[in-house]
Formats: sequence, C-alpha cells, structure tokens
Amino acid sequence: MKLLTHNFLQCHIKGVKNGYPLNIEAVKIEERDADFDPDFLRSMFKRIDWKAFLVGAQALGCAEGLPEAVSEEQLQDDGFLQKFHHALLEVCLEEGSLICPETGRRFPVVKGIPNMLLNEDEV
Amino acid sequence: MGKSERPEHTAPPDIFYNEDEARKYTSNTRMIAIQEKLTQRALELLALPLDGTPRLLLDIGCGSGLSGEALTEAGHAWLGLDISEAMLDVAVEREVEGDVLLGDMGQGVPLRQGVFDGAISISAVQWLCNADRSSHEPRKRLKAFFESLYRCLARGARAVLQVYPENAMQAEMMVAAAMKVGFSGGLVVDYPHSTRAKKFFLVLMVGPSSYAPQAKGLDGADEPMSEDEDVDMGEGGQVRNEGRQRKRHGKPKGSSKSGAQLKSKSWVLKKKAQMRGKGYTAIPVDTKYTARKRKKGF
Repeated sequence: MKLLTHNFLQCHIKGVKNGYPLNIEAVKIEERDADFDPDFLRSMFKRIDWKAFLVGAQALGCAEGLPEAVSEEQLQDDGFLQKFHHALLEVCLEEGSLICPETGRRFPVVKGIPNMLLNEDEV
Repeated sequence: MGKSERPEHTAPPDIFYNEDEARKYTSNTRMIAIQEKLTQRALELLALPLDGTPRLLLDIGCGSGLSGEALTEAGHAWLGLDISEAMLDVAVEREVEGDVLLGDMGQGVPLRQGVFDGAISISAVQWLCNADRSSHEPRKRLKAFFESLYRCLARGARAVLQVYPENAMQAEMMVAAAMKVGFSGGLVVDYPHSTRAKKFFLVLMVGPSSYAPQAKGLDGADEPMSEDEDVDMGEGGQVRNEGRQRKRHGKPKGSSKSGAQLKSKSWVLKKKAQMRGKGYTAIPVDTKYTARKRKKGF
C-alpha cells in the first residue's frame, strides 16, 4: 500500500464520524521504483490531505525533507517533487495495520493489501 | 460466461474465485481478451479528456488486475477493490501498478470524498443483486455501494460499470439504485440484437450532464446476429437519461410485451433479410402483410 492510497482510505464502520486518516502501524516496508511524472504529482497534490500525508510519511520513515506546508514555487521545484514522488509512490507498506482513529479498529495489511472487510455488526 | 451456470448461482464471489479459479481465470487467454476489450470499451464510454494527464481511477471488482493493466496501458493510475483474496494475490504476483484493497463493495467503498477522476467496473456489480448470505439484503448493499461510489468521485466524474444482469429486473434494480443516490445517466446496451455480443454498461455521471454516449451495433452490422430473439430487456441501445426518478410502480419497463418499437416492421424486414443472407431457405416472402399491425388479442 502506497501513501497515495492511504491518503484516500477512511474507516467505513457504521456510525463512525471521524474515521480519517487511519493511523499506520508499520511492520514491514518495501521500496519500489515508480515513474516520475510531475504533472501527475501536481494533479495528485491538489486532492491530497497534506497533513495526513505527513503523518503517514512519518510512520513509513520517509518524511525527511517534506515541508509542513507547500508553496506554489515548490510545486515547480524538481527537488521538492522528487521527495514528494518518492514518499507518495515508492514507499510501500507490506505488513502492518491501519487503525481507525475513532474506534481503534484495526485493518490488517498483508502482502501490501489492506483488508477492509467489515464484520456483520459493523455494517 | 456462456450458457452454463452463472457464477452468481454457484457460490458467493469470495468463495467462487478461490486460488484455482483465480489462476484459471487469469491464464485463460479468452478471458484476458474479453476483459481487455470490455475495459477498452469502458474507457471509451468514460470519455476522459485526452490531454495526456494521467487520471486517478477506481477499479471496482478489479480481481486479478486484468482490467487494471489495461488502465495502466492507457496511462492512468488506479486503485482496485475486490472481495477475493485469491484474485488479489494473483494481481500482486503479477505486479500490477495499482494498489489493491480487499473489501466488499456492498459494504460501501472505504474512500473519502471527491478523490477519483472516474471509476470502472468489469463484470462485477451484478454480484450485488444476489443475496449470497442470509444476512444480505441486495437493496441495502446496492445503496451502500452507489452512495459511497457517488461520494468518492470528483464533481463531473463518471463511472462506467459493465454488468451481466440476469434479467430485466436486475438491470432495473441497478439503474434505480444508482439514480436514487443522485447519479444521472443510464444503461448503454451494445449489440442489443445479439445474444452473444450484447453488453450492458451502466454509465453514470456525478451531477447533471449533457453527456450522451452512443451504443455500438445498433444496426447489427459488426457483430454476427443470433437466431435467439432475446429482445425484451430494455429498449435497444439508447442511453436512458433518467435523472432522478420516483419509485416505479408496476412492472419494470422492459418486461412487458409492449415491445412494438423493438419489433417494428423495419426490424422484422431486416431480420428476415439477414436470415436469408445466412442461407436459411424457409423464410417467407415479404408481402404487404409482413409485420403489419395486428389487432390486440390476435
């Protein structure tokens, strides 16, 4: 699971109001190359929750060099875009858990696949 | 999916698509070709702007990633969702570009608001129409799915869901459930006159739209015609821009025999000509009485 995906995931248990972002407990992390596409990165930046992204990057150990806030200039700066690219698309959570901030419910991540299946009583 | 047992009647999807089935499915060249073709058609109907910017798409019921790979080929980023762990394991093994999630679309897609540029689904959503488990209520699951899908799409985004409805009622059920949550759009039926080639695409838009996709094969030109007269499922080929609708009372539109438009005189004459062209000798000669309107109760 990449941080791009994590940024969009939320807990969908019935009645939960604050199910985003999911907290990450990382057990195994892998790095995988991905194509660098600045246009795509800028397009993704518009819809990313930056704060949640930073917290996720911290959990996966790739937050170094990422600013608290991003300016327009930085979106054109290759240096920033490379760091953003790496953290967003190249660092993958292979094993671990995603935890709902409201209920504490754990969604396991196995072989890079988050298990978001709910139990009957959570629907 | 031939004339034999529908997978939906055999077992729930997470049991039907076990490790063996997942492997068989993914190594079946015919299956790969079909999925590729359906994904291309779905992308065509999605009509994303051709400006070279990769879009972020949701692939619902992504399975082993056959459709996802076609999305990658087309230059898009995608996130897949599927209920079968075995199928997803195959996707990961094949190193598909998109991340995949293990989840049940009938429980709602666990994604936040307005993040996707579009969504596709190949041969998956009809599974929601079956009660696979005693606790399932198809309508509740369809609602949860369509509501969450609507929410996670950006304004102006579209969803194209290729489905295999078992009958007219199922097709209606899916369309109605989508309209009820605020989608506009309707069903596009490619090759409506061919049992074999006929394909159903639920084409949905977030918010009002003047988008009106054209179905394929309305004149039966490209695909071979079938002898079967399987024409009572919805009108041939047109998109039904239904907008929001009140709950329908009585029979769904497609199921009654008021198919006068479907079996018009020109359709009958054309069909007869085609059959003669194929070599059938017993086709009666066309006269002024052919396909003439009969009195009711004839």
